[in-house]
Amino acid sequence: MSDPVLLIRDLRVTFDTPLGELHAVRGVDFDVSSGELIGVVGESGSGKSVTFLAAMGLLPPRAKVTGSVILDGEELIGANPRRLRSIRGRLMSMIFQDPLSALNPVHRIGDQISEMLQSHQKISNRDAATKSVELLDLVGIPQPGDRARQYPHEFSGGMRQRVVIAMAIANNPKVLIADEPTTALDVTVQAQILEVIQRVQEKFGTAVVLITHDLGVIARVASRVNVMYAGRNVESGIVDSLFDHPSHPYTRGLLNSLPRVGSERLEPITGFPPNMLRPPIGCGFSPRCQFSQPACDAKLPELRSFGDLQTACIRAEEIVVSGAPVR
Amino acid sequence: MSEIELPTLSPRRMALRRFVGHKAAVASCVVLGLLVLVVILSPLTARYGVNESVRKPPNSFLPPQKIAWFGTDDIGRDIYSRLIYGIRVSLIIGLFSAIIAVAVGCVVGAVAGFRGGFFDDVVMRVTDLFLAFPFLVALLVVRQTLGALSWLTPLVGDMSSVRFIIFLLAFFGWMTVARIVRGQVLSLKEREFIEAARAVGASRRYIILRHLVPNSIGPIMVALTFSVVGAIIGEATLAFFGYGPQAGAGTTSLGILVQAAKGAVQSGFWWMVVFPCAALVIISLCINFIGDALRDATDPRLDMGH
Amino acid sequence: MSEPILQVHQLVKNFEIRASRGARKVKRVVQAVSGVSFTVSKGQTLGIVGESGSGKTTVARLIMQLCAPTSGSVTFEGRDLAALKFEEMRQLRRRIQIVFQDPFASLDPKMTVGASIAEPLVVQREPGNHEERVTELLNLVGLAPDHARRFPHEFSGGQRQRVGIARALALNPALIVLDEPVSALDVSIQAGVINLFDDLQKRLGMSYVFIAHDLSVVRHIADQVAVMYLGKIVEIGPKQTVYEHPTHPYTVALLSAVPVPNPSVERARQRIMLEGEVPSPVNPPSGCRFRTRCWKATDLCAQEEPRLVQRPTGQLSACHFPE
Repeated sequence: MSDPVLLIRDLRVTFDTPLGELHAVRGVDFDVSSGELIGVVGESGSGKSVTFLAAMGLLPPRAKVTGSVILDGEELIGANPRRLRSIRGRLMSMIFQDPLSALNPVHRIGDQISEMLQSHQKISNRDAATKSVELLDLVGIPQPGDRARQYPHEFSGGMRQRVVIAMAIANNPKVLIADEPTTALDVTVQAQILEVIQRVQEKFGTAVVLITHDLGVIARVASRVNVMYAGRNVESGIVDSLFDHPSHPYTRGLLNSLPRVGSERLEPITGFPPNMLRPPIGCGFSPRCQFSQPACDAKLPELRSFGDLQTACIRAEEIVVSGAPVR
Repeated sequence: MSEIELPTLSPRRMALRRFVGHKAAVASCVVLGLLVLVVILSPLTARYGVNESVRKPPNSFLPPQKIAWFGTDDIGRDIYSRLIYGIRVSLIIGLFSAIIAVAVGCVVGAVAGFRGGFFDDVVMRVTDLFLAFPFLVALLVVRQTLGALSWLTPLVGDMSSVRFIIFLLAFFGWMTVARIVRGQVLSLKEREFIEAARAVGASRRYIILRHLVPNSIGPIMVALTFSVVGAIIGEATLAFFGYGPQAGAGTTSLGILVQAAKGAVQSGFWWMVVFPCAALVIISLCINFIGDALRDATDPRLDMGH
Repeated sequence: MSEPILQVHQLVKNFEIRASRGARKVKRVVQAVSGVSFTVSKGQTLGIVGESGSGKTTVARLIMQLCAPTSGSVTFEGRDLAALKFEEMRQLRRRIQIVFQDPFASLDPKMTVGASIAEPLVVQREPGNHEERVTELLNLVGLAPDHARRFPHEFSGGQRQRVGIARALALNPALIVLDEPVSALDVSIQAGVINLFDDLQKRLGMSYVFIAHDLSVVRHIADQVAVMYLGKIVEIGPKQTVYEHPTHPYTVALLSAVPVPNPSVERARQRIMLEGEVPSPVNPPSGCRFRTRCWKATDLCAQEEPRLVQRPTGQLSACHFPE
C-alpha cells in the first residue's frame, strides 16, 4: 500500500460548553492512501464528523484541537489560517449531508463551480466556465451546458449533491471527505451518488473518506472501515474481514441489530452512549457490553492488532472464540 | 441510566437563565425598577406639587440648584418633581395602551393565522393600509376621527384625556402585534405536535389555547415590551405637537415636558431639555434592552436543549 | 387471514399550488396520490415503501383524515370515514392513532412528556386518573415513571420516539399508522423500537400501517407490502413474495439499490441502476408513470396505463412487461 496521503495521529477535540468540557474526540488515529475509499462508521455522538471537521479546520474557535493531522506531508493542526484556507478545496475537500448548505441560492451553478476553480488556480473566466461544464458532465448531470446556467433551486436533491461533488473535486484534491452524503437521499438516488463517487475516485485517484451510519453503504463501496464509538476508534480493518468476523462487541452489536432476512427478533444494543462531559476512564462501551469485566473499566483500551483487524477490545480473543452470534 | 441527573429544567426556567445572562437587560431591569419605585411613591419622592412654584418670584428658568435639583421651568415649577409626575403618566399610558394593543393583536393575529383564508387576507390588508401611511399623518387623522365619533366618547374619553391617548396609541399598536402573532401561529401551525393534537381529535380552540399560545409567549412578551416603548414615544410625539394629555390642569407627561422645552433650547436653558429627554432616552433604552434579551431568551430553537 | 380492519379504495389526493411561471401566477395541481387501494387485516402489518414523491406520507394523512381526500374512500371497521360528522370522527379517533417520523417535532416543547402522553385522554375526555394511565404507558414503552414530569428536550431521540408511541397507545387504538417511525433513530436504537412494535402487536393485537423508505426494516415487520411510485401502488402482496420474486421493474430496481451489509454479497450482486430522478407529481408521465426510468419501456407504456394484475407468484403489480 502506498504512503498515506492523510495521516491523523492522536487527534483530540474538546468543546467548551456551559456544562463543562465536552470530549468529542478522544485520541483517534487514522490514515488513508491515494485511490482508497475508507469508511468511517458510527452513531450519533461517536465523534465521526467532528474528527474530520477538525482535520479540515472547520470547527468553531471554542473547540480545542490537539494531535496531528498530516496531509501530503504537511501538518495542519496549528497551521496558519491562510494556509488552511488555501488547502481547503484544493488539496482536501469536504461534502456534507445537505447539499443546499454549500450552494449559494442566488448564483448560477456554473458560476459557483467556476468560483471554486478560480479561487485556487490561475484560470481565465472562459476556461473556468468550460471546465465547469466538463465537471458537471463527469458527475453525470445531463445537458451540462444548459444546466450550468441554472440556479440551485432548479435542481433536485440528488442533482444538487452531484453538483456539490463536482465543486469538491474541481481542483483535483488529494482527499475527499464525504460526511453522510447520501443519508438524506432516496435509496435509488443514493446508489447513483455512490457510483459517482466511485467513478470520480477511479478517474482521479482521490483518497475518499466516507462517513456514514449505514453499514450497507460501507459494504458496497469501502475497502477499509473504521468503527467509532464515544470519540474513539474501536475497530478497523478490511471490510470483508470486519463484516465476517468482527471482534469488538460494539461492531458485533451493530451488525446484530440490523434487520436480517428471516430474523425473528432484532437485538438492539441496550443502554446509552456515555456522557461525553465526563467520559469514562475505561472502555466507553463497557456499560452496555455483555462481555464487560472490571479490567475493561480500569483503563482506556488501545487499538491493537488482532488477526487482520485492529481492535480496541481486551477480550477480543475470547469473544470470537466463544462463538457469540453474529451475522 | 448513564445520563446527567439534572433537576428538571422547564423551558421557563431555561428562558429565565438565558435572560439573566444578558447583563444589559438585567441592569435595565434594575434601573427601570428603581424608576418605577420612585414614580409610584411620587407624593413622597417628589419635592413639590405638579403645579407648585418653588418659591416666590423671581422663580422662572432657574438653573439646577439646591431648591430645584433639575432647575425650574417658565413659571417657576420644579422640573425634578414634574419629571416624576410626568414619567408616571407616560408609563401608565405606555403600559395600558400596550396591554390593550397586545390583547387585541393576539386575538386577531391568532385567528387570522390559524384560520387563514378570507379573514386573514382582510386583516392583513387593513394593517398594510395603516402601516403604509406616515405615522404622524395617520396619527393626527385618526385622532380627529376618533374624537369626532361622539358615540365612542363614553369609552375612550375626551380628546385631551389620558384615556383617549391610551386608546389612540393602542389603535396603532395592535397591528404590529397582530402581525407578529400571526407569523408565529403560521409557523407553528404546521408543526407535527399540532398535527398530533388534531389526530387525537382536539378542537380548534383547544389547539389555540393549549399549544399555540404557550409556544407564542416569547414573541408576545417581546411585542409587549416594544409596544410599551412605541406608546411612550408615541405619546411624546403627540405632545410635541400640542396634542398631549391636558396640559396645565395638573397633568404633565414626558411629552409635555419635552414640548415645553422647545423654546428653551435657543435661550440656553439646557436643564429644561436635557432632563426630560434623558429620561425618555433612558426609559426607551432600558425597555429595548429588556425586549432584546426576552427575544433571545425565548428563542424557540433553544427549547430543544443544548 | 383475519377480517379487514381498514379498507382504502381508489384514494385520490390532489393539491393545488400557486406557482409562478415567469411573471404570471399559475395554478398547478400536484397529484400526490392517484388511486390507491389496499386492505389491512386485523392484527397484521401493511408496509408501504416508496421514495420521495411516492405519496406515502400523504396516504398516512389521508387515513388519519388529517387532510380530506379529493376522491376515494377510507373505511375503518366498516365505517366510511368521509361520511362521518366531525363529532363522530372525533370519537373514532380513539381507535386510529399515528406515530410521526420526527421525534423532535412531534412533541410540544413546552409541555411535559407526561402531559403530552395524557393529551389524548384529556381531549377525549376520558374519566379517571390519567396519572396512573401515563405511568402504565411509560412502563409499556420502557421508560421510567418519573420521566413524566420531564420536558422533551431532556430526552434522546429514541426516548422521544417512545414517548410518541406511548401517546399513540393511550386510548388503546385498534390501528396505528406509523409514518417513518424509526428513520430518525440510530441503528442500534431502531432495533429496540422495532421490537417494541412487534411486542405490542403480539400482546394487544394491533394492526399497523408501517410507512418507511427503509426496505430492510419493512421486510422485518410487515406481513403485506405495497410499493408506491409517484402516487400509485405499483406492486402489492405478501412480503415474502414481493421481496423474493418482485415483478415490477421499479420494485426490482429498488431492491437492487438497497445496500446490503455484506461485502461479498454486494460485490456479487447484479445492480440495476435507475437513470434520472422521480418526475414531478405536477406533471406525471402519461400511461405508466415509471416509464421514463424503465429499461423496458415501449410505446405501449406511454399510451396505456397498466392496471394492477394478479401474478402467478401471488402478488399484484401494474406493468405491461412484468419480470
